[in-house]
Amino acid sequence: MTTKERKGLTRRALLARSVAAGTLAVIGAGFIAAPNGAWALEVSVISEHEMATLLQMARDIYPHDRIADQYYAVAVKGYDAEDRKAMVAEGVAALDAAAQAAGHADYVSVGWEEDRVKLLQAMEDTPFFQTVRGGLVTGLYNQKEVWPIFGYEGESFSKGGYIDRGFDDINWL
Amino acid sequence: MTAPFDLNDDSVVVVIGTGAGGGVVANELAQKGVSVVALEAGGRYLPEDYINDEWESFGQLAWVDPRTTSGDWRVAKDFSGLPAWIVKAVGGTTTHWAGASIRFQDHEWKALTTYGAVEGASLLDWPIDAAEMAPWYDKAEAKLGVTRTGDRAGLPGNNNFKVFEKGAKALGYKEVHTGRMAINSADYDGRMACQQTGFCFQGCKWGAKWSAAYTDIPRGEATGNLEVRERAHVARILHDDAGKVTGVEYFDKDGNLQMQKARIVCVAGNSFESPRLLLNSASSMFPNGLANSSDQVGRNYMRHTTGSVYAVFEKPVRMWRGTTMAGIVQDEARHDPSRGFVGGYELETLALGIPFMAAFLNPGGWGRSFTTALDAYENMAGMWIVGEDMPQATNRVTLSETKDQWGLPVANVNFSDHPNDIAMRNHAYGRGEAIYRAVGATRTFPTPPYPSTHNLGTNRMSEKPEDGVCNKWGQSHDIANLFISDGSQFTTGAAENPTLTIVALAIRQADHIASEMAAGNL
Repeated sequence: MTTKERKGLTRRALLARSVAAGTLAVIGAGFIAAPNGAWALEVSVISEHEMATLLQMARDIYPHDRIADQYYAVAVKGYDAEDRKAMVAEGVAALDAAAQAAGHADYVSVGWEEDRVKLLQAMEDTPFFQTVRGGLVTGLYNQKEVWPIFGYEGESFSKGGYIDRGFDDINWL
Repeated sequence: MTAPFDLNDDSVVVVIGTGAGGGVVANELAQKGVSVVALEAGGRYLPEDYINDEWESFGQLAWVDPRTTSGDWRVAKDFSGLPAWIVKAVGGTTTHWAGASIRFQDHEWKALTTYGAVEGASLLDWPIDAAEMAPWYDKAEAKLGVTRTGDRAGLPGNNNFKVFEKGAKALGYKEVHTGRMAINSADYDGRMACQQTGFCFQGCKWGAKWSAAYTDIPRGEATGNLEVRERAHVARILHDDAGKVTGVEYFDKDGNLQMQKARIVCVAGNSFESPRLLLNSASSMFPNGLANSSDQVGRNYMRHTTGSVYAVFEKPVRMWRGTTMAGIVQDEARHDPSRGFVGGYELETLALGIPFMAAFLNPGGWGRSFTTALDAYENMAGMWIVGEDMPQATNRVTLSETKDQWGLPVANVNFSDHPNDIAMRNHAYGRGEAIYRAVGATRTFPTPPYPSTHNLGTNRMSEKPEDGVCNKWGQSHDIANLFISDGSQFTTGAAENPTLTIVALAIRQADHIASEMAAGNL
């Protein structure tokens, strides 16, 4: 099987699952997008399958059910780059191979998070996993747009601090 | 007014570093009419420049030049190139510090006498004591405007403090208050009162927190006796055939190597850079580095026994609002070996924003255990443990194989916990978790130490020259006109945040240097 054929198969397989099960992302020609059209992410260097795998991996490493895919997509979009291409190809292939060994088509088609997490735990010490995980610490949590989801208010200097805005307003003690 | 001194002016005191030690020594000398050239590796940032965004501020202020690590401490695994979270800027880490300003307890000046010999530890008594230091602490507290000293009121308690206070009192703790803080509770010394903004670690945009960057440094410059050269990275200290230091070589802001002559050199680059500089200054006369005939330079590195406890509650706390560290429990700071360790620890309120919480709550952690903690961020309270750690000869700064941008070997920081440190940390985790459970915590997190902010020892003060690097004035045992002016001169760490003591020692040292100069002894 050539790389191109494999990639095409993967794309169709993903698209099929996406339509059937309404999963997080659909695969288009060179981009992945939210089923509801809320966002899309183009890929030009790595494959759609690889990007979809990274996205699912990001959700499984730092799962926050109230944070939409688009923020995870922002956090991993930097892997669509020439200097990351080999690492991503190798890492995703390893993850898919582990999924196949466990009886699944590939990583993204494993239905339960806990089963995907088992696959990730087995590769936890690899540079690929550690690079993706480490990158997410800032890539995901340093997006100002996600802070309100955690209730975090960010800077307050521009509003004069909290001296008149509830620094001591706790009322349940 | 900046006073430009000539590179060949050998009458100046050269101060290396401008933080709590160097910044204060430089100003105090300038106030006494002594000519001072202060060389600062970082740039100059003032309140209008500070950024209330954790990572962006880190990029602005933190020392991120290479360092290497070894030893079994977790920082070496999680943050192998970042053993310390300290600042490279005019004012040094006084921009970043939280402001907690508490004196050593009397017995902590005499750790060896009080605790007795501890296996594996290189404990020593300081060659000074509480009575000697009391008047210098008075001066330091007045300089910094420390709350709950003099006639200065305490800061009001924020939400994080209120949770902490209620839990601590439920456990029977008595010494619970909003701390003695170098953060104004009312206008003081030309600086305004705290506006409860948070982001104390990122530089106080109101100037309510004392920092040398906008107090001692400009005041010293205003005398005309102090010149601060920014982005000046000192490469080595030079000496003559008589073994006296004569000047320093440094890379200026354009990367050119310069040589400033000096009558006296004060080293205040913090407990990594100060020993690194002495070691990098090795010569044929001093092959093991300057002031190192004892082989003590770099040894006995201390970082305080630290850790944090975070806890989640049913309802919101919003711990990030208000002064970051205005809250303390002091009851555990006593020396009480019945707890299973010598020395004691303070518990102090602490909060991180979401970006740093993600990085520091459980470095390397992932999955639901980790993310459900962050999901509860709004309902979280936090505290920090600050305890006395044991000096150990093998916990040390040495020269690394790695070189910096100037081609100079960087500091390798080797650290492993002493069993006493581990016993203390575990005790503190237990007490911290109990405090929060007493107010209904549903989940608690014994969080590992962050990259070090309290970096001590490595050029320690000792009565006998063979036990340390400097004498009770911070003057090196080997070279009369070479002084250690920062936290690296600490003989032992005590349980208290070190800045107030660094400042008190710096005021005292400047007084000593000026009088010795006047007497013709230096």
